[in-house]
Amino acid sequence: MESRQHTQVLFMATCLCDAFFADVAKAAVEVLEHAGCEVLFPEDQTCCGQPAFNSGDFANGRKVARHTAKVFGGDLPIVVPSGSCGAMMTHGNSIQFEGETDCDMMATLGGRTWEICDFLSNQLNINWEGSLQETRVTMHHSCHSRGSQTGASALALLGGIQGLEVQEVGQADQCCGFGGTFSVAFPNISAGMGELKLSEVEKQQPDYLVSADMSCLMHLSGLAEKSGGALPVRHVVQILRDSIVS
Amino acid sequence: MKGQPIDRFSSELAADTRTAVIASASSTTEKRSHILNSDYPDPNRLRKLAAQIKQHTLDHLDTYLEQAVSKMRENGVKVHFASDGDAARETVLSILKEKGARKIVKSKSMASEEIHLNEFLEKNGLECLESDLGEFIVQLDGDVPSHIVRPIIHKNRREIANTFEREGLGEYNDDPEVITRRARAFFRSRYMESDAGITGGNFISAESGRVALVTNEGNARFSMAPNRLHIALIGIEKVIPRDRDFSVFLNLLARSATAQQLTVYTQFISGPRVDSQPSGPDEMHVVLMDNGRSDTLGSNCSEILRCIRCGACQNVCPVYRQASGHAYRATYGGPVGAVLSPLLAGDAFPQYSDLPRASSLCGACREVCPVDIPIPDLLVKLRAKGKVEGIPTPGSPSMGGFARGATSPGLWRAGLRAANVMNSLPASWIPAPALRSWLDQRTLPTWKGGEFRRWMKERRKA
Ligand code: SF4
Repeated sequence: MESRQHTQVLFMATCLCDAFFADVAKAAVEVLEHAGCEVLFPEDQTCCGQPAFNSGDFANGRKVARHTAKVFGGDLPIVVPSGSCGAMMTHGNSIQFEGETDCDMMATLGGRTWEICDFLSNQLNINWEGSLQETRVTMHHSCHSRGSQTGASALALLGGIQGLEVQEVGQADQCCGFGGTFSVAFPNISAGMGELKLSEVEKQQPDYLVSADMSCLMHLSGLAEKSGGALPVRHVVQILRDSIVS
Repeated sequence: MKGQPIDRFSSELAADTRTAVIASASSTTEKRSHILNSDYPDPNRLRKLAAQIKQHTLDHLDTYLEQAVSKMRENGVKVHFASDGDAARETVLSILKEKGARKIVKSKSMASEEIHLNEFLEKNGLECLESDLGEFIVQLDGDVPSHIVRPIIHKNRREIANTFEREGLGEYNDDPEVITRRARAFFRSRYMESDAGITGGNFISAESGRVALVTNEGNARFSMAPNRLHIALIGIEKVIPRDRDFSVFLNLLARSATAQQLTVYTQFISGPRVDSQPSGPDEMHVVLMDNGRSDTLGSNCSEILRCIRCGACQNVCPVYRQASGHAYRATYGGPVGAVLSPLLAGDAFPQYSDLPRASSLCGACREVCPVDIPIPDLLVKLRAKGKVEGIPTPGSPSMGGFARGATSPGLWRAGLRAANVMNSLPASWIPAPALRSWLDQRTLPTWKGGEFRRWMKERRKA
């Protein structure tokens, strides 16, 4: 691997990894360290505030976002293992802070925020090199990374792993149906969308379904399990971590 | 009844209707992307250009409208303004009455759907025949269109054949070619007998006052050619600055809507018949309809007025594919409808405020929109409008508690550890009904709150 410069980063674990997916957060830290970063974890972090924003509750969304801005003060890059939280920090806040006095401050915060694959590829210019036992994965691009570098970066990083075969899921433009509170308020539509996505994944029979967002994977594996199947899922950083040859 | 209207509608939708909607919508989506990418090195640039032109026009709509109106008048067109649906209906009716027109043929127009023009004219004793095949079938069935471009996407050919048989248009035959031929024979005679033609209009050039009108069946021409009177009902947002802008929009419209390079028929109408023309209406009226558009222009969602009604957002939308168009309960379905219906509704906003929430905010619509409307952003802004206006959102968890927790780090950390009890709770004990219904269809992963933080601390010590 090239680029082993010493870079300090602030790590945003995301509330989902904080609550459910501890191993993803660990993998993210290990991958960043392997890429030469010193990872700092601000203890007071909670959530980016997306649930409130998505509900149209901008007042509460701004409260949480301001807390996050305080916790992640300074000028170090903020790295997050989720395209969705990343998009909230960069784009979502620009909407809910429109006309607010701290709008510019939030824009600067967004400008420092990186989705982890994008950060590794385009900020650190990492050419990932790793190796795995023969593994076949299917990549699901999360909707919140549309129009960003996340998808291409994830594929480029995974492409550096020997023994790994990566396919992309069919009907890639279609959402998995999670959408946070959407899946709670519209359970039937959400499940219908998820089942379509699962049927696309089944066609490829991968060892793992892989994504840069745990929320999609949680929803899809939860659906698969409820209907009696099992869908092994991994975050991109878990695959990267497992491929590190020490 | 339980659940959100659109979710309920989706769960009650016949499985084969859903399959048909998904098949048609996804194949159009694929063809759209294929034709745009094979015809243009960078179709996104064209989308952005179209967005800029439309936004610029909207930002100066008063100027361009004035220019368009004076050009149309110079061309001999009689121009009327209608501030709302009532005014538009009355204007159309009074023009028809004044000319003694009783039999009207109509070509497809979403503006006329918006104000339920057919029912109104029929109530007033006039005959109004839809001449677009899809709209005709909708009319025969007393149904409403479920898609902006394909009004009968929700119907299969057996249903259509039954309708034709019932209406005396020949015995049962579900061969699409036979159906089309029968419709054509029926329409031909009706065109010749009609007194007036009503159309919509896709674009008006402010530079020349020309109205561009596209169809694939040629029915707009037939609605005009044999008639003395032509009325075009057009939304005020359809103005574009110059004739040369037609090329940008016509190229994008046909490709985005039906994956064609150009619609089969494209008309540029510059006014009533002139002496050198053998046929065509002697009188042309344009009714410019506001009906909530000015208010929308003044709102923080004005970008939606760039819409050129191509239906691409509807085709790509996974929620529409699950629910079909009628679930949106208004003229416009899919993402554009979820934004436009609540805005155009004015005071009836609460009636449609659930639509903007019926989205995972996946953003597929924005990617395909030929005028790059940031639909997901507008959906969120409309959710915020609902929230500010205090409209209840049954089924969605309230965010006050979440915000309190997420701004109190100590509470948050304690919650992470404490919620470990969730792992041992049976799902049915979970107090929040919303979460329970989520768990009807999904399992939740094991709660690991606090584990990462402990690991991180240990690591720092080491
Ligand atoms: S919003 Fe965009 S994609 Fe949807 S119908 Fe209008 S122009 Fe087409």
